[in-house]
This record gives sequence, structure tokens and C-alpha cells, in this order.
Amino acid sequence: MRDFAQLLELLALTPSRNRKLEALVHYLRATPDPERGLALAILTGAISFKNVKPAILRDVVEREVDPHLFRLSYDYVGDLGETIALIWPHHDATEPLPSLTELIELFTITPKPKLPALIASLLTRAAINERWALVKIATGALRIGLSARLAKTALAEFGGKPLQDIEEVWNGVSPPYAELFAWLEDKAERPDIDHAARFHPLMLSNPIDEAKDFERLDPADFAAEWKWDGIRVQLIASRGQVSLFSRTGDDIAPAFPDITENIFGDGVLDGELLVGESFEPAPFNDLQQRLNRKVANPKHLTQYPAFIRVYDMLFDGPEDIRALLWTERRARLEAWFARHRQTRVDLSPVLSFGSWEQLGEMRRQGAAEHGHEGVMLKLRSAPYLPGRPKGLWFKWKRDPNLVDAVLMYAQRGHGRRSSYYSDFTFGAWKGNEVVPIGKAYFGFTDEELRELDRWVRNHTVKAFGPVREVEKALVFEVAFDSAQSSRRHKSGIALRFPRINRIRWDKPAQEAATLDEMQVFL
Amino acid sequence: MNRGRIRGVIAGMQPFLARDLCVTPIDATIDPTRPVERAIITHGHADHARAGHGAVLATPDTIAIMQERYGANCAGSFQPLDFGVPLTVDDVTITFFPAGHILGSAQVLLEHKGMRIVDTGDYKRLHDRTAQPFELVQCDLLVTEATFGLPVFQHPKPQDEIARLLASLAAYPERAHVVGCYALGKAQRVIALIRDAGYDRPIYLHGAMLRLCALYEARGIALGDLRPATEASKADLAGQIVIAPPSAIKDRWSRRLPDPVLAVASGWMSVKQRAKQSGVELPLVISDHCDWGELNQSIVETGASRIWVTHGREDALVYQCQKLGLDAEPLNILAYEDAEEGEN
Repeated sequence: MRDFAQLLELLALTPSRNRKLEALVHYLRATPDPERGLALAILTGAISFKNVKPAILRDVVEREVDPHLFRLSYDYVGDLGETIALIWPHHDATEPLPSLTELIELFTITPKPKLPALIASLLTRAAINERWALVKIATGALRIGLSARLAKTALAEFGGKPLQDIEEVWNGVSPPYAELFAWLEDKAERPDIDHAARFHPLMLSNPIDEAKDFERLDPADFAAEWKWDGIRVQLIASRGQVSLFSRTGDDIAPAFPDITENIFGDGVLDGELLVGESFEPAPFNDLQQRLNRKVANPKHLTQYPAFIRVYDMLFDGPEDIRALLWTERRARLEAWFARHRQTRVDLSPVLSFGSWEQLGEMRRQGAAEHGHEGVMLKLRSAPYLPGRPKGLWFKWKRDPNLVDAVLMYAQRGHGRRSSYYSDFTFGAWKGNEVVPIGKAYFGFTDEELRELDRWVRNHTVKAFGPVREVEKALVFEVAFDSAQSSRRHKSGIALRFPRINRIRWDKPAQEAATLDEMQVFL
Repeated sequence: MNRGRIRGVIAGMQPFLARDLCVTPIDATIDPTRPVERAIITHGHADHARAGHGAVLATPDTIAIMQERYGANCAGSFQPLDFGVPLTVDDVTITFFPAGHILGSAQVLLEHKGMRIVDTGDYKRLHDRTAQPFELVQCDLLVTEATFGLPVFQHPKPQDEIARLLASLAAYPERAHVVGCYALGKAQRVIALIRDAGYDRPIYLHGAMLRLCALYEARGIALGDLRPATEASKADLAGQIVIAPPSAIKDRWSRRLPDPVLAVASGWMSVKQRAKQSGVELPLVISDHCDWGELNQSIVETGASRIWVTHGREDALVYQCQKLGLDAEPLNILAYEDAEEGEN
């Protein structure tokens, strides 16, 4: 438990991804089964306890600490778990805490009425770091900024296996992952799991290079589809079970019961998660209301109904069809839709076009009239290959919108950039004042970053904590994918994926865009 | 033995200290936030010791610190007063007792017509060889600080925190370890703790630390081999300890350091969420103030029946005193809040 508490603290406080990885791998090497597997389960959120809830912890603490003082403390600290860990008044760390394995057992088997006494005795026996870890484990709210992907990357490094292999297996194994570790340590075969029922790494596309690629590519070899503005998902239906994964293999099914309860037929499908009535995609903003939630908000289920626009098929029923060509998979996919009537998934249409010029024109119109993000090009003779193979799938995004905006505020970055002002807020003119329209962190070279840093320091007019307000004198040419009206911003506009295209050292700030001029993007 | 009864009488009397800490019979103010004619200064931190007063009464160490920071003529005149030596002005007797906060830091005992008032200034009770050790003073009215006046503040042993720093240094021998410390008091205490843990390699200092460390050494507090960080090359600093003010560790200054581990030594570092937000990788919970337990212990032990709480999280401590049946109120001296998180 002591080692796990230390790991948890390091993961929470280390900004560097590499160092987090290093610490995880080191922990997995140094820790025996089943302890390490259970640690992994806690870190990836794969374990929760039915009876151990924040409310119980709160009760336990309020028996020992004056509730008014607890409330004042909670107001100050801002995090319930951390407040409990810090405020617990009894300390007797003479007897070490049980191992994770024993702890999980205790949390699972202890009947509800006996839990408060158990938790109190554990808190008293714990050293301060362990107390913090203990509360995090008990409440299941780790909030230490560790993605499932990072955990899997650590496993790949630990076992010297490709990340793809880990992802192939990950959703078919369960805590404490003994068979997984045995395979990673070359002591056993790869775990044998239901292949139709787990996440399969996705096939990804490369951006097209308009100058070079179109010359050598034959339009007849490629199929084109719209590029949808949602999130990439993998839908798996197998023997009555439906799962839904994000592109990184995170299980998002619990947040989308409207989809998972309405799938007819078995298979593994690749598509875009969108929201909207009658398969009419709503803006990405609306979809965002449904993302990053553990469970669906009932109101959102009716306000933002979700659906999936499918464009590929990996398994047809139980049959793995990834080795088939795109044309064959597409035929299977269309046949599958013909067999199974669906209410929450539909088929992404294939666009017909004769030449790249013609497709370019469709792409331009699609962006202007329907807000499409661009088009996807898929080699008709390509199998479904995980990863980002070259020359098979291309994305041809629409041209970005450009606007000249005025730099308003700068904030220091993180990690390597923590001593540089590298996070910029910029705005547009509204009468004589500049109002913020967006924020960008990249789009400049290291050399430009140093120049910008110097400029910010020499032109600061006010500092609010870490944020500097600068003279309204420097213009950025900002590129962005789209603009949406927003009630959260003073300007009423929010930019999608803004980045700094050029620094206009030469342009007078008075000539930057006005808010009125921005309206055309909405 | 009859103090309880006497106190009872005194509790009803009007104290001779105003709520802005002006000692009314002699018109002298403790740690005034604006320039005044007569000031009593508890210690050298900027939110307590300001430049521009007429006459200043303080311990010799505090006067030396003020002159080092603000210049020899930062007040009209200075009157040094040693610990434990009573000074009578008109019918008020002033005595300084060590507060254990930083070098020269004092509690002020004021006696007038049989009433005893103690202003603790900032104080701590843990051993610290860079400050004169805290002495408990009995009184009727206690003016106490409350910087860490919430029960979530339970400071760990500083030696354990230093052990974590040295362990990290051993684990990452190629990285500089930069410890953010306030330049007066915290820096010297952290250096002393590192030395007492048996670490005798050079410790590198940010320019802001140099003069105050020299002052501590000149006043008899050994800090070992200290060197200016600016004179070392980037390669020299790999695996070394560097002490710098918290503002410098995230600024351009730190670019000279090889892949630094950012540590900060402060009582605030116990809240991980806060450490994380400020990008601190290695929070060291080392405080020069009492924690919640020590504040409570001191309030009871002084025997005071009346408590004024200032400088920090007054609400919780006032509530706690009232629960103990004491007459307690917050002072809400505004200017103290500004510097709140700088010097702790």
C-alpha cells in the first residue's frame, strides 16, 4: 500500500508523461501478482465498491471532527477526498496498512454497517500519503490525470510488446490480469478471448498533401465520404452484449444507453458518434454535452439524442473481415444494414465523383452549405489495418478560416514551456475595445515562442496571478475550423480548433478583425 | 493561584490595545501596515516590517534584517530590545519573548495596570535552529495569528520532508532540484534542515537569497557551503540542490537549470491539488507557523480568557475558541491578507 500511495502521488504531481510511464513500469516490475493487477485496475477505474461511497467517508469524519470546522475546511481545500485525508485527527501508523489485495477484499466483503469502523481504523493507521491514496481508492475518484491509454502504453513497455497488441487484448481481460502479466512476461500464451467482443485498434488516416498526392493518385482507385464532425467510435454487438469504445479504447457505453439499447444484429462497426434528431447531425457543441460523462444525464437523452454514422465494418457477426478489401467490406456493411433495421445507426453515404477537381468543388460546397469538415478518401483495394498506414486512407480537410486577431492575454505554459508565455488569448474589436474570441497554444516555432515570450514581458500592462494582460498591439493570423455562437464568451463567439497561423509583426492592431466581420463565420 | 478571579475582573475591563494593534497609552503600533511615529516590529517579513516609520522598537536581529532589506535609514531611529528584558515606557511595560518563527522573531508582552496582553506575531513551536525557540507567555488577552487556522493543517515532521527531497535527489541524479523558499527565514531553515540531515555538498542560491544567508551566518547560524547559482554552469547544477524564491522557479531564471524538479517548501503544500495547480512536482510541507494543533495548544496554555485572532483563517479559530468558552473575535486587519501566501 505504501508503494502504491507513492506511485499515486507521483502520477498526480509529475507533469511529464515519460516520467509517469517510467514510474508505472517500475511499479509493475517491482510488484507481485495480484497486487500489481489490482493497482492497475484502480488506476484505470476498473474496480469500484458497491458500498463504499463518499457519503460514508463523510459520516466517518464528521463523527470525529466538528461538522462546522469540516465545512470550513472543505470550502478551503475544495476536494472532499483531500479534505478527509488532511483533516483526519487520529494518527497511529505503528501497524502497516493491509496490502491493496487485502484492502479490496475488505471493502468488498465488509457489510455496510461495519464499514465506518473499518474506514476509521484504516485512516488512523495510515501515514498522510496513504490516507490520501486510501480515500481516493475508496471513493473511486482518482482525478490524477492518468488515461487508460497511458496505462496501456506502460503495459506495452513493460512487456516489450506493441501497444496494438495490448489494445487487442485489454478489453477481454479483467482484474487482477494474471494471464495478461504472464503473457507480457513471456510465461504464457496471449490470453484467449472472444474476438468479436473486444476493442480492436482503429485504422487511421493521413492528411492529404494537395501539392504532391493528387498528381500520383488515380481518383478511380478511391472512394470518398464526408468527414463527419463528431467523435470516432467502435460499436461492438456480440451475443446480446453491446459495447461502445472511443478511438483510444475507453469504454463509453454507459453514457450512451440510447445507442447501446437499440442495436439489432451482431458485428463490429466503425463510425462517427453524433447527436441530432432523425440522423441530422447537430453542431459539435451539442455532442459535447454528452461527452466525458460516466452516465447519461436523462434530460440530455431527449435533448441531444445520439446516433452513429457507420462507414466501415471489422467483424460481420462473429466473422473477422478486416483482411477483406474496402469494396468487399462495404458490400458486407450494406448487406448487414439491409438485414438489420436500425434506429440509432445509419450508413455514411459514398460520394460519387469523377476527378479530384470535382471532389474539391464538392468539398468546398459541403463546407459552405452543410458545415462538413472535409472529405475522407479510402483506397478501394485496402484491407482494414490498425494504426496509421501510409497511402490507404486520407483526410482532406476543408480550408481553414482565417482571421486577424489581437493578442490580449498570455499565460505561461506547462512542462517544457513552463517558463514561457505560450498560451495566448486573442480578440476582435468591438467598437474601441477588444473582446476575447479564443485561445491558442501552438502554431509557432520555438524561435517564435522565444520572441513572443520577450514581447509579452516587454508589453505587459497588468498581471492577474499567472495571467498577463498585454498592450493591444500585436496581431495574430489565427486559423480555425469553424465558429459557433457561444453564451459563455463575452464576444458571443467560440472558435473550433484555433491555432496561430502567422504572427503579423507588421500589421497595426487597428486593422485586425471586428466582431461584426466575424459574424460571417457563424 | 488566585489568577482566575483576577482574570475574571480583568476580562470585563477595556484592553489598552486597539484593534489595529495600537498600544493606546503610549501611541505605539505593533507591525503597522502604514508608516507611523512609533512602531513595535515583531519580525522582519515584509507584511510585518515596513519601511518609513519614525521610531522602531525591535530585537537586534530584526533591526539588522530590516536594515539589510530596506537600508540603514529605513526608519527615523531604531531601539534594540533583547529578549526577556522589560522596557517601561510611561506606565506600559514591553517585553519581547522568542516566537520561533524566524531569526529575531518576537512575541510582544504588554503590561499595564495589572493586565497582560501578548501579541504572538507569527510563531511556531517546532525546533528550528535558525530561530530563537518559542517561549510560552501567560496572559489575559492573547492576539494570535491564524495562518494555518484550519484543522486540515497538521504539519508533518520537517525532517521527513527533507528526507523526501534527498530521496528524490538520489532517484534523479541528473536533475537539478530547485526548492522554492521565501528568501527570509524559510530559505535558511531549509538549508539548516538539509545540513542537519547530513548533506554537505554545496547548495546553490538564487541571487535574492545571498545577502540574507550571509546575514544569518554573520549572526552565528552555520549554513555550510553556499554558492551563487548564477556562477555555476548548467552541467554543474545536475543533481544539485538550488534554493530560489517561488516566483523564480517558474520563471526565466529556472531555464539555467538542467531538467529541474520543482519543489516548494511551504505549509500550503499539504494540499496536493494546490501543489498540482501551481506545477509543483515535489511539495515539501515545511512551515514556519503553528499548525492547527499547536495553535489550539498555545491558546489553552497561555491561560488567556480573551482571544483576538488575526492574520489568516480567523473564522475557524474564533469558532474553536468560542467552543472552549473563550471570548474570541477576529481582527480582520486587511493589509495582512495581501502578503498571505508569500512568507509561510
